Amino acid sequence: MKLFLKYDINVIFRKILEEQLNKLAIEYKINGLGEVEFNEPLSIDTMKELTSLLSIYGINIIQDHKSEIVQRIKDAITEMIAISSIERVYKTSAYLSEKLGYSYTYLSSIFSESTYTSIESFVILKRIDRAKSLILEDQLTLTEVAHTLGYSSVAHLSAQFKKNTGLTPTVFQRIIKKRMQELNKTN
Amino acid sequence: MNLDALKVVLVDDDEDDRLLFKDAIEEVDINTNLLLFANGQEFMDYISLSGQPLPHLVFLDLNMPIKDGIQCLTEIRSSKNLKDLSVAIYSTSSSEQDIEKTFIKGANIYINKPNDFSKLKKAIKEVLKINWQYQTSNLNKNNFLLSI
Repeated sequence: MKLFLKYDINVIFRKILEEQLNKLAIEYKINGLGEVEFNEPLSIDTMKELTSLLSIYGINIIQDHKSEIVQRIKDAITEMIAISSIERVYKTSAYLSEKLGYSYTYLSSIFSESTYTSIESFVILKRIDRAKSLILEDQLTLTEVAHTLGYSSVAHLSAQFKKNTGLTPTVFQRIIKKRMQELNKTN
Repeated sequence: MNLDALKVVLVDDDEDDRLLFKDAIEEVDINTNLLLFANGQEFMDYISLSGQPLPHLVFLDLNMPIKDGIQCLTEIRSSKNLKDLSVAIYSTSSSEQDIEKTFIKGANIYINKPNDFSKLKKAIKEVLKINWQYQTSNLNKNNFLLSI
């Protein structure tokens, strides 16, 4: 006898991807077909392992140089903002070119052409993102938040916050808190 | 890096506003793919079809017949598949109360409809750029609020 099979290639692809990624025991998120996101950068060994696990199925990892550089710039900026002392010692340009081993001009042109934004604007966006988290944690006063993030004054932080979000830090905090209350009410 | 077209949706019952928005977004130097709907119900019907690719950003007019922006936003936020969509509320109101209310209901972006074409272009560009950063970088999307 003969059997006729019908199959969905997308389902198969996703299933294979999940099975192989699970072997790595690292948290991941499949963002859509053809894109996987990890919370942490993968080590070279893990990358090799994943490459060989997937290659059996004819799945290849596409990783071009530019997107890799952009990712490394973003990671370095995240680290810089998290450890605010780095920012006080170095200028962003010196820090990035030293850390990545390329000239700042080269890095900033790759970054701008791949992300719709400049390194400078991205640094501000990341810093405001951290400010938001600190404000919501409610452990520090606004003055302390400003100091932690290397702003010369609360006024400077507030002005940049407002320019970036259209809201003052106080209004932002009130909105997010009310939103959480609403969410808790409905759940 | 290959910057794919951003999938953008506009839901607005006013045809002139839709055309204006379409002209404006076409003039912004970011590669976009725009879908237009005349009210919230049309959009929800479309997006609920299975296998529909999710847009990167949805602009919702606040006042619309059949299903308005807030109803639509509430449905999006309570849907398992759609709750992470970036939503921009697009409205003629500039009252602080309206702005706060839409944010509390889960909007990411509030745009006070500019009455001038070049301002509209500028606002759209700003929103697309910032939204792109939230799509592609490690930023906390729960704290993504932008009022223009």
